[in-house]
Amino acid sequence: MNITEKILAKASGKKTVHPREIVDANVDMVMVHDLTGPLAVEAFKKIGVQKVWDNQKVVVILDHQVPAESVKAAELHKTMRQFAKDQKLRIYDVGRGGICHQVMPEKGHVVPGTVIVGADSHTCTYGAFGAFATGIGSTEAAAVFATGKIWLKVPEAIKVNVTGQFQKYVTPKDLILSIIGRMGVDGAIYKSAEFTGPTIKSMSMAGRMTLCNMAVEMGAKNGIVEPDETTRKFLEGRTSKALPNFESLKSDKDAVYERTMQFDVSSMEPQVACPSSVDNVKPVSEVGNVPIEQAFIGSCTNGRIEDLRLAAQVLKGERVKDTVRTLVIPASQEVYRQALNEGLMEIFTDAGAMVCGSACGPCLGGHIGLLAAGEVCVSTSNRNFIGRMGSTQASVYLASPATVAASAVTGKITDPRKLEAKA
Amino acid sequence: MNMKIKGKVIKFGNNIDTDVILPGKYLILVDPYELAKHALESLDPAFPEKAKKGVILVGGKNFGCGSSREQAPLALKYTGVKCVLAESFARIFFRNAINIGLPVIECKGISDAVETGDELSVDFEAGKIENISRGKSFQANKLPPLILEILSDGGLIENLRRRINKK
Ligand code: SF4
Repeated sequence: MNITEKILAKASGKKTVHPREIVDANVDMVMVHDLTGPLAVEAFKKIGVQKVWDNQKVVVILDHQVPAESVKAAELHKTMRQFAKDQKLRIYDVGRGGICHQVMPEKGHVVPGTVIVGADSHTCTYGAFGAFATGIGSTEAAAVFATGKIWLKVPEAIKVNVTGQFQKYVTPKDLILSIIGRMGVDGAIYKSAEFTGPTIKSMSMAGRMTLCNMAVEMGAKNGIVEPDETTRKFLEGRTSKALPNFESLKSDKDAVYERTMQFDVSSMEPQVACPSSVDNVKPVSEVGNVPIEQAFIGSCTNGRIEDLRLAAQVLKGERVKDTVRTLVIPASQEVYRQALNEGLMEIFTDAGAMVCGSACGPCLGGHIGLLAAGEVCVSTSNRNFIGRMGSTQASVYLASPATVAASAVTGKITDPRKLEAKA
Repeated sequence: MNMKIKGKVIKFGNNIDTDVILPGKYLILVDPYELAKHALESLDPAFPEKAKKGVILVGGKNFGCGSSREQAPLALKYTGVKCVLAESFARIFFRNAINIGLPVIECKGISDAVETGDELSVDFEAGKIENISRGKSFQANKLPPLILEILSDGGLIENLRRRINKK
């Protein structure tokens, strides 16, 4: 079996499972946020059970419309606070957490080998830790609250084998964009994407999280990486839960894959996903002259300390172009704090960027930093669909923190390596 | 719920994502009828008006990709969409639709075989789709019994309530 099959077999009390088999899995952790939570609460109340099945296994995170930007959002937050209080649930409120997918692993809620569902499509991020994690809807989250179980179809797996060493300013974001470009937005629909190979083994947790985060953008049910020493180091001191034996979470030599894809990053250029589809990916050299009005560095894809360091490295001693507004949003309070300690905030503010509080921000076009008609934004987030970040007539380009930072300086989409060469 | 329906088609293309079905800025709305006023407005502002009398939505590949927002199928359901047929669905959208009692069926070849305005009849149990306007019928992927049961109860919550009360 491969790692995903091993986890699902264990969670459903079986020795083995096969692709396309439907299993009834025990859930180890379920997460809802401020936009999906209220619907889940409403649905839960209709089921007619009084208490969630296990209050230690339900986490509420306020991150999307945070701090409340409208009375309506404030009401949603109030609903979630009340529910968390009534049910005695762990809640990460304004100023205590940050973006759900950063907070979950940071606060030790993600353990290798477990089954985690979340009412948010990027729940697949936790696959970076060797967990089976996937997004569900609000009603389904309510059903999990009540029963602690979920039916799942065991996915067929695609092996993504990555070799080679990244060039300077080429990042895991560029890799995942190039993978999605090749696979297409429906290339892995219903499937599991297992990232493996020497490049993944030497990759930081931050990089693995970026890869798994965007697995859903090619339709995958989950993205996953075998846990190793890097995983263990990250989790040390964060979780009090016992870690499983990582050997038992390795894909068997004879594990079956629907197909294997090879990627060599050695000569890879920075990549850009052009409007309005995540698979409309081009190397930065082929994007042409694209002036921008906004640059956004943040989100659950690229708002980690490693990402901010990279952006700061590009922005240090530079000024962002006066025609560009640049937003930097650390993915969590912890990242925020660390960026402060390391002096990154100074670099950003000196460069003329605006640093906002840890939250989803403009990523989903619901809160701060929206775009007007005709405007162009280059963003480190994960979606560039029509209307995603504001006006339906705005365009969004997706790229790495290095590319976004370089573009903020020049005012048009720019290869960070070129900016450096000029300096 | 009626396991056979009839209705007129409104057709869209491939990769209709949930940001297009219901933009993120409306997620603070809680009333499904309010959500419905904005369904698919970025592709066709008149869609909610057109769907009012009850329609069958036909999509291409990867219908409903993107965010896990359940408000997307909810908005469709409350505009008057009776069911969605597509070449393939994004998995979260597929589950969400079933869970809120909006039937969704995968049917290869459907998007080439129907046009907006055609009248279809759909039999969920048999997986049979008939294009009445063109006199053609298709066999879609049959929904497994578990899903049919949820749909006939009207959604996952109703289904769960019935099962819990039975115990
Ligand atoms: S940062 Fe963006 S993609 Fe991530 S959870 Fe928030 S809205 Fe969703």
